[in-house]
Amino acid sequence: MTRSPSALAVDQGALDDAVRSDAALRRFLHGLPGVDQVGAEARAAALSTRSIKTTAKAFAIDLAISMIDLTTLQGNDTQGKVRTLCAKAMRPDPHDASVPRTAAVCVYNDLVGQAREELGDSGVRVAAVTTAFPSGRASLAVKLADTRDAVVQGADEVDMVIDRGAFLSGRYLEVFEEIQAVKQVCHENGADAHLKVILETGELATYDNVRRASWLAMMAGADFIKTSTGKISPAATLPVTLVMLEACRDWRDATGRMMGMKPAGGISTTKDAMKYLVLVNETVGTDWLTPDWFRFGASSLLNDLLLQRQKMSTGRYSGPDYVTVD
Amino acid sequence: MPTPFEYAPAPESRSVVDIAPSYGLFIDGEFVDGTGGAIKSINPATEEVLSEVAEASDADVDRAVKAARRAYTRVWSKTSGKDRAKYLFRIARLVQERSRELAVLESLDNGKPIKESRDVDIPLVAAHFFYYAGWADKLEHAGFGPDPRPLGVAGQVIPWNFPLLMLAWKIAPALAAGNTVVLKPAETTPLTALLFAEICQQADLPPGVVNIVTGAGETGRALVSHPGVDKVAFTGSTEVGKAIARAVAGTDKRLTLELGGKAANIVFDDAPIDQAVEGIVQGIFFNQGHVCCAGSRLLVQESIADELVARLKRRLSTLRLGDPLDKNTDIGAINSLEQLERIRHLAGVGDDEGAERWTAECDLPAKGYWFAPTVFTGVSQAHRIAREEIFGPVLSVLTFRTPSEAVEKANNTPYGLSAGIWTDKGSRILKMADQLRAGVVWANTFNRFDPTSPFGGYKESGYGREGGRHGLAAYLDVTGA
Repeated sequence: MTRSPSALAVDQGALDDAVRSDAALRRFLHGLPGVDQVGAEARAAALSTRSIKTTAKAFAIDLAISMIDLTTLQGNDTQGKVRTLCAKAMRPDPHDASVPRTAAVCVYNDLVGQAREELGDSGVRVAAVTTAFPSGRASLAVKLADTRDAVVQGADEVDMVIDRGAFLSGRYLEVFEEIQAVKQVCHENGADAHLKVILETGELATYDNVRRASWLAMMAGADFIKTSTGKISPAATLPVTLVMLEACRDWRDATGRMMGMKPAGGISTTKDAMKYLVLVNETVGTDWLTPDWFRFGASSLLNDLLLQRQKMSTGRYSGPDYVTVD
Repeated sequence: MPTPFEYAPAPESRSVVDIAPSYGLFIDGEFVDGTGGAIKSINPATEEVLSEVAEASDADVDRAVKAARRAYTRVWSKTSGKDRAKYLFRIARLVQERSRELAVLESLDNGKPIKESRDVDIPLVAAHFFYYAGWADKLEHAGFGPDPRPLGVAGQVIPWNFPLLMLAWKIAPALAAGNTVVLKPAETTPLTALLFAEICQQADLPPGVVNIVTGAGETGRALVSHPGVDKVAFTGSTEVGKAIARAVAGTDKRLTLELGGKAANIVFDDAPIDQAVEGIVQGIFFNQGHVCCAGSRLLVQESIADELVARLKRRLSTLRLGDPLDKNTDIGAINSLEQLERIRHLAGVGDDEGAERWTAECDLPAKGYWFAPTVFTGVSQAHRIAREEIFGPVLSVLTFRTPSEAVEKANNTPYGLSAGIWTDKGSRILKMADQLRAGVVWANTFNRFDPTSPFGGYKESGYGREGGRHGLAAYLDVTGA
């Protein structure tokens, strides 16, 4: 019998039962505790008043740099652009070797091979956006082929988008099975690509939906849940990230397994990054404060972090000409 | 192994406020020496003496009441509503301009975290003055008849938990309605009231319209029983409230009382659980639990009780207790040794009665008055910790099975100031709110205040309302309406 899920105390049995049918999955997701919009936003706003100074700030800047998926997702991306991006990911500040490298470089599918080559064994991972990113409007076969292509070229991480149309129409099992299928491709032929599932929260409209989509993705085998493609506004916000982090936390309570989290899009300043790190610290705790479990999907954020880092070591603000443009 | 993210100290600067070594009384627009003794006001976080304030004697109180009467007769009762509004708007703006100074002084004198004085207390103070400034020239439209008259001189006695905010709740409507006031701040937190006196001078408020007499219980007694006072307003303990009611019985003084509470925060099994946890924290650990409308009784539906309490404890473990001036502090100091001892005593009673005590793990500073956030589970309706107001960071958890049981337990208290309901079901909110005997009922939130919203209690929580249009009634002669 499908457990009627007030879902406060979910266990593996309940999760297994929940995916037996569309109806069961709907009952489960709609039985998750609701999210009060006013309360969630108030909590996120309250945490963003934390004052992170001196040693805490220095620690957080380096941590944030190491968590960046340095991203370029433009139609006019070139091989030259990817080359610079990879160089920057491996050594963000050419004048300062003590700056940590970023977690990954995130590119479109066709540039994966090149990024793989540039990054070599530097430890910086290659992430590819697949499944007809950003809209996800393609057949399953195309989405799987898209993903397979990325994995074969050597992507360490796959950032897929969910079918928001299916999700909003309530066809939850369809979304679930699609994620599962993509996950399988990530593991084909001995590959072990990490799967990040993009919910595109800007299109989900309510926090209740964000919580449901988070659980759906986690149950289908996501390694990370990710807010946005960056192509839709609003992209990542603090309250959305809060709700998703709460889902990660509850997931660990239910299954004993950690779940990664990646806000992406619209995070461009050190001050923003500090707020996210505080949110992580006080919602899910220290275990998540590593690039293994928390990432920033961002492009311009890195330069602001570098400028702030220079300011902390020299005591002076330098200009944008003291960090590299790409 | 990840490194913990330790927040470095981020203290607000103390130097933004000048504290004089001693203060006199503010009477007739000037600071004057008192004829009584003196009281030391200390910083409860460090036990350091901040300043010495006068303890107003009967003669000083008499002088203040006479000044207020003179100002009422000669100036304020003849000042048009439009002009009274100008003064109130000016005060509101000055409070905003000097908000940093006021916030730091409030945190020093009271022990509350700077983030609360900065983000809650002081903005609400300004909001109250702005709001009642707007009423001053519109009293004939407030629903109290065509030409409602002020009462005369108001004697006001306020508590130490929200020193400046309670002052604003008292003074703003009184002045808007055309009364003059003599206000006595609490003996442990007089300093922001004295800074407010400076603001009155700065705003060119006519002398005698606002008078501040510092002192302890005796000064308060002298003020409320002074024959020249037309209206008494008190916020504080039920015990003192009763004594004041006896003191004014048989006189023609008007009286409003805002007293204690033992509010129930009721959480149903369909509540938005993470926000409910936040609301419980906000309900009882905001301002160290020194809140008359604090949600000190958690009534949780049995089916989710264990899970909710587990989540609550996890959340409480992240609260940061310590230096009130640090911008990252969530829980500050208990306001006085006397209050700390009362909290300790009642928590001890909870142990003796067989409730199970849980305390958040945190280091308490060596100096000052501190009490770690504490939760008692297994509390029954018969326990003293479920009935008496602790006025500290101590939560009693009780359970219920049905909505009617929740109502019965929530109402089964001599108090009736506030209550909270947490559920996703709108119809249940309305039905519950209808049955709860409490002056304020919050739905899916707690401890939110707004100057437009009337606030006050049922039963031993007092009578009269403060805030909103209703708050004007306490300062107008509405008998004809």
